[in-house]
Amino acid sequence: MGQFDGKVAIVTGAASGIGRASAQRFAAEGAKVVVADVDATWGAQTVASITEAGGEAIFSSTDVSDPAQVEAMVELAISTYGRLDLAHNNAGIIQEHAPVADLSIEEWNRGIGVMLTGVFLCMKFEIPKILEQGGGAIVNTSSGAGIIGFPGAAPYVSAKHGVIGLTKTAALEYTTKNVRINCICPGTARTRMVDEWIAGSAENEAMVAGLHPIGRIAEPEEIAAAAIWLCSDDASFMCGHALAIDGGYTIQ
Amino acid sequence: MSALAGKVAIVTGAGAGIGRASAVLFAREGAKVVVADMDAAGGAETARLIVDGGGEATFVQVDVAAPAEVRAMVQSTLDTYGRLDVAHNNAGLASGGKPLAEFDDTEWDRVIAVMLSGPYHCMKAQIPAMLDTGGGAIVNTASGAGLVGFPGQAAYVAAKHGLIGLTKVAALDYGARGVRINAICPGTARTPMVDAAVRNDPTLESYLQGLHPIGRIAEPEEIAEAALWLCSGRSSFVLGHALAVDGGYVLA
Repeated sequence: MGQFDGKVAIVTGAASGIGRASAQRFAAEGAKVVVADVDATWGAQTVASITEAGGEAIFSSTDVSDPAQVEAMVELAISTYGRLDLAHNNAGIIQEHAPVADLSIEEWNRGIGVMLTGVFLCMKFEIPKILEQGGGAIVNTSSGAGIIGFPGAAPYVSAKHGVIGLTKTAALEYTTKNVRINCICPGTARTRMVDEWIAGSAENEAMVAGLHPIGRIAEPEEIAAAAIWLCSDDASFMCGHALAIDGGYTIQ
Repeated sequence: MSALAGKVAIVTGAGAGIGRASAVLFAREGAKVVVADMDAAGGAETARLIVDGGGEATFVQVDVAAPAEVRAMVQSTLDTYGRLDVAHNNAGLASGGKPLAEFDDTEWDRVIAVMLSGPYHCMKAQIPAMLDTGGGAIVNTASGAGLVGFPGQAAYVAAKHGLIGLTKVAALDYGARGVRINAICPGTARTPMVDAAVRNDPTLESYLQGLHPIGRIAEPEEIAEAALWLCSGRSSFVLGHALAVDGGYVLA
């Protein structure tokens, strides 16, 4: 028996990392989960891990920067499970690091398209379905880089700052209609995206750990725990908050 | 599974309101609780509520502005329960209603002493006890007024802003040594203090509701849930954060 028994959740970017951990926790707490990602192979593994543990999940092949695909993802939730209560809009990408003047317009558009417009599109199609059955909760993945800057990562930092503003605005618009909307601001977690960034270098790993006053990077499950809490009834007075789960990264 | 099984907790300002809700919730989640307050009747009542509910609690009378009393509170915790794992430094008082130039100096000193120096004294005494057993978690009660200003509330707002700064520094000092320190920033909750004010002035209720985009004020239990989460293992990567539990109060 879980706190999300009878609920249906969408998690984007759920093929790996934070999204996978989040999808697994939603399912473990009783939710039926739409596992959305562009990566079908890894997405199927997330679904398999949930069903093998006795949960229920379905894969949705979704590029969140494409409105038609996002709409189809929400329709899949409704056609498969009949309702939508919860969403964790989490899909993100890792990009080439380059200072602003050297950044291509295509890279800028790609980062903003997935990580800011993607979150907008998800909420745009999710909220009406959540309203249909009386309310629910949404959590968006921003970042420590949604609170402070990071050189060489203009699209990422800009998109993640934007997600916080978007979250606050949507929260104000829908809070009295019983849709609670918040975001999480993770520090670095041990995900596939970060593994790619660290690229097997002990020096890189020590540098990344050193960014966090707690002295280590996070496990994806530690970030997912915050998303789960924000979607639970225990967080019933939380509205539009940017919750930092960053080992102190942004407080220095 | 209980979030605080086997743990020992101190909650200050536990004689009523948020502190009482927090003490009761911590006990329900398995902690042995030291109920600390200046108010002996309220504190004893909170301890009785816990014991009647099958939990374990002891009342300690303390003025958190008095360092010797705070040290005695921690020593009494160690004498009674043998350890200290969790603390919710929550004691506060109502204040204000006058613009700065007319503010009473004695009131300024008292508010800063209780709500800013109080948590300083508490953490100073609590942290060594936690380090002795390998770590712990502390949550300080700041306020929405720790993030934004409020006219006529110079001392309260200054103390609460200061407490967020103090929380960040303490978190940086001890995060890598296993003591996680965070703050909660509640909006208005239905405490005896607020109830009394509303009885005096019935128009106050709708005014207070209007301050919170969520359209209502909080129940103390909703604030206590945030304190519990920050003190539990579920928030293991959250460090130095000012968590707004305010129904959107600081958003707009």
